[in-house]
Amino acid sequence: MAVALPLVLLVLLLSGRVGGGHAEPPRDSLREELVITPLPSGDVAATFQFRTRWDSELQREEGTDHDFLRYAVLPREVVCTENLTPWKKLLPCSSKAGLSMLLKADRLFHTSYHSQAVHIRPVCGNARCTSISWELRQTLSVVFDAFVTGQGKKDWSLFRMFSRTLTEPCPLASESRVYVDITGYNQDNETLEVNPRPTTTYQDVILGARKTYAVYDLLDTAVINNSRNLNVQLKWKSPPENEAPPVPFLYAQRYVSGYGLQSGELNTLLYNTHPYRAFPVLLLDTVPWYLRLYVHTLTITSKGKDNKPSYVHYQPAQDRLQPHLLEMLIQLPANSATKVSIQFERALLKWTEYTPDPNHGFYVSPSVISALVPSTVAAKPVDWEESPLFKSLYPVSDSSSYFVRLYTEPLLVSLPTPDFSMPYNAICLTCTVVAVCYGSFYNLLTRTFHIEEPSTGGLAKRLANLIRRARGVPPL
Amino acid sequence: MRGGARAFGTGNACGRAASRRAGAGPGVRRAGAAQSRSRPSAMGLLSDPCARRHRPGHEPRGSALASDAPGAQTPGRRPSDTPPPPPVQRWRPRAAVSEPPKSAVSSVASPCSVLSYVAGIAWFLALAFPPLTQRTYMSENAMGSTMVEEQFAGGERARGFARDFAAHHRKAGALPVAWLERTMRSVGLEVYTQSFSRKLPFPDETRERYMVSGTNVYGILRAPRAASTESLVLTVPCGPDSTNSQAVGLLLALAAHFRGQIYWAKDIIFLVTEQDLLGTEAWLEAYHDTNVTGMQSSPLQGRAGAIQAAVALELSSDVVTSLDVAVEGLNGQLPNLDLLNLFQTFCQKGGLLCTLQGKLQPQDWTSVDGPLQGLQTLLLMALQQASGRPHGAHGLFLRYRVEALTIRGINSFRQYKYDLVAVGKALEGMFRKLNHLLERLHQSFFLYLLPALSRFVSIGLYMPAAGFLLLVLGLKALELWMQLHEAGAGPQEAGGASGPSPPLPPAQSVGLASLVAPLLISQATGLALYILPVLGQHVATQHFPVAEAEAVVLTLLAIYAAGLALPHSTHRVVSAQAPDRGWMALKLVALIYLALQLACIALTNFSLGFLLAATMVPAAALAHPCGPRPLYAALLVLTSPAATLLGCLFLWRELQEAPLSLAEGWQLFLAALAQGVLDHYTYGALLFPLLALGLYPCWLLFWNVLFWK
Repeated sequence: MAVALPLVLLVLLLSGRVGGGHAEPPRDSLREELVITPLPSGDVAATFQFRTRWDSELQREEGTDHDFLRYAVLPREVVCTENLTPWKKLLPCSSKAGLSMLLKADRLFHTSYHSQAVHIRPVCGNARCTSISWELRQTLSVVFDAFVTGQGKKDWSLFRMFSRTLTEPCPLASESRVYVDITGYNQDNETLEVNPRPTTTYQDVILGARKTYAVYDLLDTAVINNSRNLNVQLKWKSPPENEAPPVPFLYAQRYVSGYGLQSGELNTLLYNTHPYRAFPVLLLDTVPWYLRLYVHTLTITSKGKDNKPSYVHYQPAQDRLQPHLLEMLIQLPANSATKVSIQFERALLKWTEYTPDPNHGFYVSPSVISALVPSTVAAKPVDWEESPLFKSLYPVSDSSSYFVRLYTEPLLVSLPTPDFSMPYNAICLTCTVVAVCYGSFYNLLTRTFHIEEPSTGGLAKRLANLIRRARGVPPL
Repeated sequence: MRGGARAFGTGNACGRAASRRAGAGPGVRRAGAAQSRSRPSAMGLLSDPCARRHRPGHEPRGSALASDAPGAQTPGRRPSDTPPPPPVQRWRPRAAVSEPPKSAVSSVASPCSVLSYVAGIAWFLALAFPPLTQRTYMSENAMGSTMVEEQFAGGERARGFARDFAAHHRKAGALPVAWLERTMRSVGLEVYTQSFSRKLPFPDETRERYMVSGTNVYGILRAPRAASTESLVLTVPCGPDSTNSQAVGLLLALAAHFRGQIYWAKDIIFLVTEQDLLGTEAWLEAYHDTNVTGMQSSPLQGRAGAIQAAVALELSSDVVTSLDVAVEGLNGQLPNLDLLNLFQTFCQKGGLLCTLQGKLQPQDWTSVDGPLQGLQTLLLMALQQASGRPHGAHGLFLRYRVEALTIRGINSFRQYKYDLVAVGKALEGMFRKLNHLLERLHQSFFLYLLPALSRFVSIGLYMPAAGFLLLVLGLKALELWMQLHEAGAGPQEAGGASGPSPPLPPAQSVGLASLVAPLLISQATGLALYILPVLGQHVATQHFPVAEAEAVVLTLLAIYAAGLALPHSTHRVVSAQAPDRGWMALKLVALIYLALQLACIALTNFSLGFLLAATMVPAAALAHPCGPRPLYAALLVLTSPAATLLGCLFLWRELQEAPLSLAEGWQLFLAALAQGVLDHYTYGALLFPLLALGLYPCWLLFWNVLFWK
């Protein structure tokens, strides 16, 4: 599912989540890593992660005030180089050295998926958490398309992907690594070959599956110095068949149904493909006020039966102030599709409230689905500081499940739109002119002037006098 | 509405001019005098309710008009012509000024109606001529220039796909779903299937199907880095035989070409539907998660946001001589004119020969030949639009506000032929342009008529034609209203109701009871016409040796004809009073009912409204229980909705230069009846219920008027 998320800038102010029990993390440290995951379709996913930490004078407050948790979404943002340039400037080495050398805009924007994020949060500065460090984490995920970028070839190298190779690590980095997912490829069936041969491998449980990664450490002088640059290559020895990609345990879709400009229905489909485990998901919907939700029409059906949510929180919208907020805890039966639907009516906006290009439609932000998905493979408890950065993308609460947060696609809903065309503009203009003329004339005609000016007055006064004479009122 | 207002204004002017003439002409004056049975000024009443109490020296407008005409009746001369009846004596001052306007209006109504009808028809026929047709132009900014270099070169590939598809289709005897899925996946699309089934209300004999089931296959090309909020559709409807295989081949080759490009901002859905339009309808309903027609289908697994535009493709040969474009959709809906402009732009750019309604485009618009040819195209389009049937798979998209058109490849005996690359390039260009769209297509016209690809008639220019025709009904209704008032007011004043009294509404004075029965009976007949044929088909097949489809059509005709016998014998039971005023009131109600219906239809589907108005209005205006009844009856039957349909069929084939013999015409008529009913049940076409529940009962009212005793 190439559901490209819009740029969701998530500023999460949470304290004390990570870093429990660690003494004195290095100050002003930079860790960077690149994870390359070849997909069976021939596409390849690349995820950059940069983590910068610095100390601050800020004192940690006790506890987190959950009233100040804020969530905001801009449902549409077309990503372009203007998003990338300032993002790159936040990196200590900018794009001069290290992994960030690969961040070349013309390649990154020829991908089929692009996701860019900035997270900033305070973390504990020491074991007792008396001082606070700030952590800035930047992630960039792209998926290169074998059809478009690879011209149909399924073999990849860093040069083919980014038109650059790695020549040196960032001198400020305390860790700089490239991970290549080689799970299941390099064991018995020799389907995928990685060049150069990795010196070490790393094994972990990611999203409930055991994964093996080839690791290239840029700080290890042997990796780069042998050939003056590192160009990791992936070669499919026996190309995989064109088959449907493996389905994740939890995925979701969203769409608007109905036709016409009066009413419609928002539908969210939640799929649980786990063969025998049911699990709950938390569904969060924010819907703009101009779609008036009818909450009594909220229906949740799984396998043709009504599915009662164990928890519903609904905060109604206020016109022009606040969107609808709908939060539900839904139990998804094993191997099922659950449909959550709610009907709405389209409101009429004031004419100044229409955005430019009103006939394009209005966006409705994605649903957010959070779930603890049962895992088939037991995960070890994690030491966050020691494990690779990308591990934090897949948080695990205990050994039997892993945490997933999904964003569905945003929706485009057309609202009844007035005809913002020439006649409409002409009417507006005429009304304005009439109003202005009427106002000034009314003012002139009703005001009494006391000071006699020596001059005879302008055209307006003469006109006003004419009218006053006609009315039988003494002239000005 | 501009057209309606203009027509009304013209009618007034016409009325005034005619009233002057009326004063002058002796024949007309006589008629006026005969009717001037001592009543307050009808026109004065209409225009000014206080006319009865008007001050001396302030005459109602109508009287002023009439009196300035030369030879207008003066109070001094009038008694010698027609002795005034006693009641008028009491009303002398008012009667003196009120008489001329009444005569004017009543006498003017008939010539004015004729004039208005002729003007309406003439206006329609003039639509194809240059002052009324305008050149089309691209309104949408995002599709302005055609500076796109089309790079599609997959002609060989398309032919290969088409051959494979045809072979697999023949082998499977149905849509080769597995092969399509495999091929679509191999060109890099996200592939889904949808199965559907539908039991038709009765067997479709032209297509030989009853229990329909099939599978649609569609592949989605995901636009890179976009969030799947908008999409475009390229669809190929496939029938039971592999006639459309070249279109499938071209679709697959285009998909392969499009997949390699990076400029897409909208997802593109490549849809191959089985069972022609039924498959398209099933897919559209499932995509929008609605159920309009009772189709059973599996839910869709993959979606791609709001569909912005769709193109349906029909090709049945490797080479084409011309491309025909169809725009008319379900219930006469039309796509935005910009979509057609876009097609025409790429026709010109690629040097393709493009046709509309199968007619070549006239080049010379300055002489008479070009517009005459345009008129044929215009008439064909009007007939097609009036039928309310989708003229291709695109027609079903329009309900969901997806702008769509169908492109048909025609292979005739012309020497110069284009291969699939030329067609593919035109499609590529269109899709790239649609991909640029920021907003839905909305800038250009949604309501238009087309005499040629590069010419159009906008709604403001064609509405007067319908307006003139409806004015006839209005004038007739006005005349009747006045006559009714005349008949109603006379005895009352004679009874000594001293002083002015407000005119009674006609229905009240006549008594509603006499109107209720015919109205109810005709509506009930309409309801029976709508419900019984499909409901009673099994009963009919048990008792008569006919098939279901025949049973439906024959029941339809039987009820239609039975309606003629039913209602006109009923009013005698109910109405006891004033037979003359009974039919007048009934006709007045029927006229207003007809005018309202036709006006509403003309607003939404101009062609249908105009065609019905052009046929029904004269007979409706003439229906009259006295006079040459058989003649009127024949006229009324000839202009009934069913006869109109038959006539339209002949006209349609005549315009297509494939004239029908009478027997063929009858066969086609029966098939069209069955198709009309089927279209209503399968796609939700509204023509059948409109005729059965709206116009047929209304027409029966006129029949009732004609045989009023």
